[in-house]
Amino acid sequence: MRLKLVPEGTSFDFFKRWKLWLGISALMVVVGFASFALQGLNYGIDFRGGTTVRTEATQDLDIATYRDAIAPLELGDITITEVFDPSFDEDQHVAMIRIEAQADGEALSSQVIAEVQAALDAVAPGIKFISVESVGPKVSGELVQTAILAVALAIGAVLVYIWLRFEWQFALGAVAALVHDVILTIGVFSELQIKFDLAIIAALLTIVGYSLNDTVVVFDRVRENLRRYKQKPLAEVLNISINETLSRTMMTSVTTLLALISLYILGGDVIRGFVFAMIWGVVVGTYSSIFVASTILLWLGVKRDWSKPDNTAGNQFANIDA
Amino acid sequence: MLQIDTWKRVLIWLVCVAGLLLALPNAFYSRVEQSNDAVAAIEAQGETPERLEMAGAWPEWMPSGLVNLGLDLRGGAHLLAEVRVADVYAARMDALWPEVRNTLRDERATVGTFRRIPGGPADQIRLRLSDAAGLSRGLELVRGLANPVTSLTGAGATDIVVSGAGDVITIALSDEEKLASDDRTVRQSLEIIRRRIDEVGTREPTIQRQGSDRILIQVPGIGSAAELKKIIGTTAQLTFNPVVSRGTDGDANAGVGNKVIPSLDEPGTYYTVESAPVVTGEELVDAQPAFDQNGQAAVNFRFNTSGARKFGDYTAQNIGAPFAIVLDDEVISAPVIRSHIPGGSGIITGNFTVEESTNLAVLLRAGALPAELQFLEERTIGPELGQDSIDAGKVATVVAFVAVLVFMVLSYGLFGMFANIALMLNITLIFGALSLIGGTLTLPGIAGIVLTVGMAVDANVLIFERIREELKAGRGPARAIDEGYSKALSAIVDANITTFITAVILFAMGSGPVRGFAITLGLGILTSVFTAIFVTRLIIVMWFERRRPKTIEV
Repeated sequence: MRLKLVPEGTSFDFFKRWKLWLGISALMVVVGFASFALQGLNYGIDFRGGTTVRTEATQDLDIATYRDAIAPLELGDITITEVFDPSFDEDQHVAMIRIEAQADGEALSSQVIAEVQAALDAVAPGIKFISVESVGPKVSGELVQTAILAVALAIGAVLVYIWLRFEWQFALGAVAALVHDVILTIGVFSELQIKFDLAIIAALLTIVGYSLNDTVVVFDRVRENLRRYKQKPLAEVLNISINETLSRTMMTSVTTLLALISLYILGGDVIRGFVFAMIWGVVVGTYSSIFVASTILLWLGVKRDWSKPDNTAGNQFANIDA
Repeated sequence: MLQIDTWKRVLIWLVCVAGLLLALPNAFYSRVEQSNDAVAAIEAQGETPERLEMAGAWPEWMPSGLVNLGLDLRGGAHLLAEVRVADVYAARMDALWPEVRNTLRDERATVGTFRRIPGGPADQIRLRLSDAAGLSRGLELVRGLANPVTSLTGAGATDIVVSGAGDVITIALSDEEKLASDDRTVRQSLEIIRRRIDEVGTREPTIQRQGSDRILIQVPGIGSAAELKKIIGTTAQLTFNPVVSRGTDGDANAGVGNKVIPSLDEPGTYYTVESAPVVTGEELVDAQPAFDQNGQAAVNFRFNTSGARKFGDYTAQNIGAPFAIVLDDEVISAPVIRSHIPGGSGIITGNFTVEESTNLAVLLRAGALPAELQFLEERTIGPELGQDSIDAGKVATVVAFVAVLVFMVLSYGLFGMFANIALMLNITLIFGALSLIGGTLTLPGIAGIVLTVGMAVDANVLIFERIREELKAGRGPARAIDEGYSKALSAIVDANITTFITAVILFAMGSGPVRGFAITLGLGILTSVFTAIFVTRLIIVMWFERRRPKTIEV
């Protein structure tokens, strides 16, 4: 007996309420955007400059005491948060201390860090600095630019590739889904104020890759079915294609999520934000390849000029078989 | 129908075996690492019984490449330094000033008297002439001092720009020369930093130039960024010492006022030299790669006035005796003085290749850091955090792996088992490939592998679902498998190429941990496509040939 996530031979009508789905997506995009615009992201030091110190002490952690200890050093805005992880020992108390970027454009000097350590050692004897990371504002500004450029380049490159392999309507549909996924992910980071650093950009690009993977598989089937069912209306062909690939879509999403969830729970607190972004991306990416990419394809329509058979799928690469 | 040529089968298995062998050292990480270190030590410093024993802990005929662990996993320090290239301009101008002064002074009759205007930008010399009428002659004379720029991009340009207005002459470095000078400054700084860090002898430091004026330094295993800065900050000490004797014993008794130091290029050779140097690198003004009269690669050097006098006197009295050029207590070379060397310039010959002479010239010039370093980014990662991350990553990977394996068997039965074999091979191949290219595994890189575990089955899922459809359409088992593979191929190729594009962009734009992620993601895509298209297919075909089932269930 096989485990089946999706019963065989489904025939859901994915476009019956397409206006509703597109509306929900549009609303979520707007909410994500608004959250980003109003609240902004909780940028990590990679993007804002500044210093983070990860401390570990055996004493119970009292944030106010730590704050008071550091305050006389006059380092400007300081954020202290306690870090929890199931893998920590009973007497392992970890805190992240964030010190804002100092005016001179350089990283925080080792001397200042030594002073901070001395100040904290007075209130929590034997405190250890597990990691110290300091980024000058000059570099962080460039990192922001590079990150935006990377995401834009990835989306652009993909647009061109799909346009070459399929048709421009497919490329637009896929890219709309991508932009949707990226905005929703940024939106969720802004809404929940999860730290947004360089690793999250990597996660964003992976989401771009994953979402695309999903969309391309659906589109590949659409391309095939457009050739097979020349008389059927586009909506029906799209529905058949999505239903046919639904089992695979669910299988891959579930295996990927299984892997990611295990990493989320067991992988330690350092990469939790990164893994969260990917889990969110897989869920959103799966949704968007069906409800955004395909719906936009339906909306744009595909040129179906059947007078030239076998040339319908774009170009000479379209019929590659092994 | 379901046929695969024998040579293809052999090739596929060979790739798998090669991947397995390449990945194997990582299973015995610390043992192989110690063995590799011992081998390197034997090459550098000769054999000792302990080293030989350590080196023998891992068989020589086995691949010994390991996946490098990134800073976030091993702990260590990371610095991004900006070289303040403009520091050099002022020194250049100050060095030029005596030359300008002497040239104009010789022509005082036509130019008139002049004086340097104090203040103003440090990278310019400004002169005020007593008489504006002498301006054109003055400009002509100063322009005569210009030299062609020695760089590829600056070909045809001169190193200084001279302009005049009224009775003021302004001398500044040309843009081309500034570019060439910046490049030299950064390369010099890089070389010095590399030597400084190599001297400490930490394992696999990364010292890279980034952009036009930055240097990235990553040293695993070092306690903190502050410690690393201290090492870089120390200036290189260059000295010229009289040689007392040459031998192979590092512990020889040097005698009063002497010291024993090793040779840089000849392992096992030691020189006994007088501790008091004749001249030091602080008195060296220039060193350039050159050729001697026999066309052999050599290095030209020049001292300042006081250095030149000391050097001249010493060489006049010691013709035929060797003297050692010592950098940081290592003898770079120990040439024999052939003649009195007056004038403060000389040539170092030896069995140099052109490359070696260029390096030596760089090293000689690289006495001290040419410009100040400004640290833009500093990161210290403690080894405990790295170890915690590795442990957590291992557990997470194993759990993810098992979950996916079980899920695949539940969903596809026997075919799921086939996919699982491919998945295990897939992980092995990723590690094999990482070891082969000397890739670096970072924490996000581990996430990349876990993600690959989840996504790698995608290609197989696509194929299996397709086979199911073909079976449902009433095709026989062989035909269904064959069609399943060929029809799923275009989706697999398109889906993976698009993901691969994003991995490439990540690699190109990212740095450090992010780049590590891009590498594992990219390799994961390549290996998962390979295992899905070739390995599982081969396994299925072999199974099919043996069993010849009338019906199959996928």
